[in-house]
Amino acid sequence: MEELIEKLKKEVIEQLNLEEISPDDINPDSPLFGEGLGLDSIDALELIVLLEKNYGIKIEDPKDGKKIFYSIRTMAEYITEHKK
Amino acid sequence: MNLHITSYCQIHDKKVVVNDRFIFYMENFLNFADFLKAVYKQEAISYPKFFKMDSLSKLGFLATELVLREKPIGRYCSEEVGIVLSNASASLDTDIIHNDSVKDKSHYFPSPSVFVYTLPNIVIGEICIKNKIKGENAFLVSEFFDGTLFENYVQNLFINEGTAACICGWVELLGNNYNALSMLIEREENMEKTGNQPPWNLPFTAENLNQLIIRN
Repeated sequence: MEELIEKLKKEVIEQLNLEEISPDDINPDSPLFGEGLGLDSIDALELIVLLEKNYGIKIEDPKDGKKIFYSIRTMAEYITEHKK
Repeated sequence: MNLHITSYCQIHDKKVVVNDRFIFYMENFLNFADFLKAVYKQEAISYPKFFKMDSLSKLGFLATELVLREKPIGRYCSEEVGIVLSNASASLDTDIIHNDSVKDKSHYFPSPSVFVYTLPNIVIGEICIKNKIKGENAFLVSEFFDGTLFENYVQNLFINEGTAACICGWVELLGNNYNALSMLIEREENMEKTGNQPPWNLPFTAENLNQLIIRN
C-alpha cells in the first residue's frame, strides 16, 4: 500500500500540473479538495481520467468520487480493491 | 477623450520587454512552456494556478502581470476595468493538443484540463480572476494585428461603457510562433494623478499601436 501511495503522489502531481508541490508535501491522509491541495472541479475530472488511464478503473457512479478521492490513501485503497 | 498607453509588455522572439526595458532573454529552450516557466520564475510571480493554464493563457497572463506590476490598477473599481485581447490563431495551439488526445479511438483519454482551454477568451478569464477585473471584455480574432480596430473598440468602451482603464493587446501563439503585447490604457487625467514622473506613456493611437507591435 505504501508503495502505491508514493506512486500515486507522483502521478497526481504530474497529471494535475502541481508544479510547486513535491511528493513529500502531500500527506496521504489529508483531504485533496478544500483545505488540502486546493484542487478544483477540473482536477476532479483529471483524477477520474488518471484512474482509467493508469489503472483501468472506470468510476460508474460519479457520487462515489467524493469518497474515492477524499485523500491519496482512499484512492490507493480503491485502486487496490478494483484494479483489473 | 485623450487616452494613453501607460505601460506595456511584449513577449516575442526569445525576450521580454517592459516599457522599452529588456527584462528577460533566453537563447535556447526546448519548448515554449519552458521559456514561459523561466520568465515566471525569474519574475518571482507566485500564482500556482499558472501551471495549470495552457500556453496561450500563460503567455497572456505573464505579459499582463508584468504590465500591471508597473502600473497597478487597484485604484479603479473592478467594474471600471475592461479587457480587449486579439489574436490570429484563436486557441488553435491547444485545440491541436486536444485533437491529438481524441483521434486514436483505442487510446481515447481526452484531458478535461486541456479541453477547458479550447476557447481563446479563457485567457481573459484567467487575467480577470487573478486581478478581480469585472468590466467589459472581448476577445477578437483577426488575421493581423489591427491598431485601428483596437483604437476604435477601446475608445468606444471609454466613451459608452463606463470604462476607466483597459487592458488591451495581442496574444498570439501557434507552435513555435508567439507574440504577446499587453498594454494598459488610461485616460490622460488619470494618468497624471499617478505621480512617479516621468512615467512611460504613449498616446493611444492606431499608428502608435502598429509601431509598438513591431518595435521589439
